[in-house]
Amino acid sequence: MMDKLMIVEDSLTNTEGGFAFLGRLPYYRGLGLSMVEDLQITIDGEAIARADVRFSVRGKTYTLDQMETVYDDRWNFGEKATITALKPGGLAPGKHTLEFAVRNRISYLPFVPTTKCVKELALAA
Amino acid sequence: MTSQIKRGVSLYSFQNETFQEKMNLEDCIRTCAELGARGIEVIGEQSFWGWPEVGVAQAEIDNWHALIKKYDCVPVSHDYMLDYKRYKGRPMPFDEQVASVKKDIDFGALLGVPYIRSLVSIAPEVLVAAAPYAEEKGIMLLTEVHAPLHFDHPWIIRMAEMFQKSGSPALGFLPDMGMFLDKFPPVWRAKFERLGVPAHIADYIVKAYEDRVLSEYVILEVQSMGGVGPAIAMAETLRHNAAYEPKRMLDYMPMIHNIHGKFYEMTADYVEPSIPYGEIVTVLNQGGYSGYICSEYEGNRWIEDAEEPDSVEQVRRQQVMLAKLIGESEVPALKAAA
Repeated sequence: MMDKLMIVEDSLTNTEGGFAFLGRLPYYRGLGLSMVEDLQITIDGEAIARADVRFSVRGKTYTLDQMETVYDDRWNFGEKATITALKPGGLAPGKHTLEFAVRNRISYLPFVPTTKCVKELALAA
Repeated sequence: MTSQIKRGVSLYSFQNETFQEKMNLEDCIRTCAELGARGIEVIGEQSFWGWPEVGVAQAEIDNWHALIKKYDCVPVSHDYMLDYKRYKGRPMPFDEQVASVKKDIDFGALLGVPYIRSLVSIAPEVLVAAAPYAEEKGIMLLTEVHAPLHFDHPWIIRMAEMFQKSGSPALGFLPDMGMFLDKFPPVWRAKFERLGVPAHIADYIVKAYEDRVLSEYVILEVQSMGGVGPAIAMAETLRHNAAYEPKRMLDYMPMIHNIHGKFYEMTADYVEPSIPYGEIVTVLNQGGYSGYICSEYEGNRWIEDAEEPDSVEQVRRQQVMLAKLIGESEVPALKAAA
């Protein structure tokens, strides 16, 4: 659910040492960060290593490994988190194909869901 | 027979709009009030950012009460989750689960609801242990009986026995009407067709569902028809859904205090094509049910790939249907936009 809404339109930017975009949790509620098992980013077909992904909400930034034991912070319902990929040099100006997948550990589900969104976004020059 | 059933809405119904900030809490509550659906149910952590791990500011709670008062509504239920898989690789210890439920009891009390909803997978032992605290706070813990579970399933029977044996008046049930899925929902079929399921396989599954063929036979038949991927997934929905009988609620009526009016689609002529609401309301009236039926629109996730859901219109149509079924003389209507 909310698959198409995971990547926020017009949110792709270059950052120091990589690029970033705004991402939303594809779910009808929020989730404690320890239950977000993985965030997978692929840009123009190139997968970003797990260790090179950062997640930021309300001024706090976490690596994915750190998030596994964060019990006092959340990714709220509909909240736009900044998802950063470390990639020296960032992205060239113009259009890029961004793929974003989220894997969650949901207490009541008898499986571990992964939800994916693919969007073509333009990076401002 | 005069019906004592009351109408409400779970704000879950507006998730597509609230997720995108097209509607805020006030928009949701005002919409329900205009439709005469005065009972308001929330998923705490959907409507209140921060709950449970971070907490909710008192100003947010105050705003909730102000809105409830402004629109003359009634808080009905806080649906809590209890994330017992919070820790990777190990389940949450029993005592911590009980403490977590108590925290949601407190939150329910803050919101002024009489009920908090427990997911069906929460162990009855946890609920029984939390029940005395719930009694103290004037809250009932209602386990949501939801497909694929149903009132004849051994898990629910064991739960009911434990609730009764505990002697606590704070334990009960909240059935989700999706468990009475009479027909294969047209919006499900359409979604699977968009994913590539051939029409003849979709026809077969829809017919097999109406014929009440065992799900495993349907899956095997779809395989033999050459079905792959989405066709198998469409057949597998029969593992998780079935046309249980609304009258099975009668045995449990004294334990039923709230109802999720699940629906996948309301047509322009006010019909839910897959869930037999006429029969459901008849059974509830027969059992003397006097609580709320809270609209729970879940068609959004089945159509959002193809069109923007119009949750308000869908809820309006269901409320019109419910008002008619429970014998109200006025037809619920939204106020024209100013």
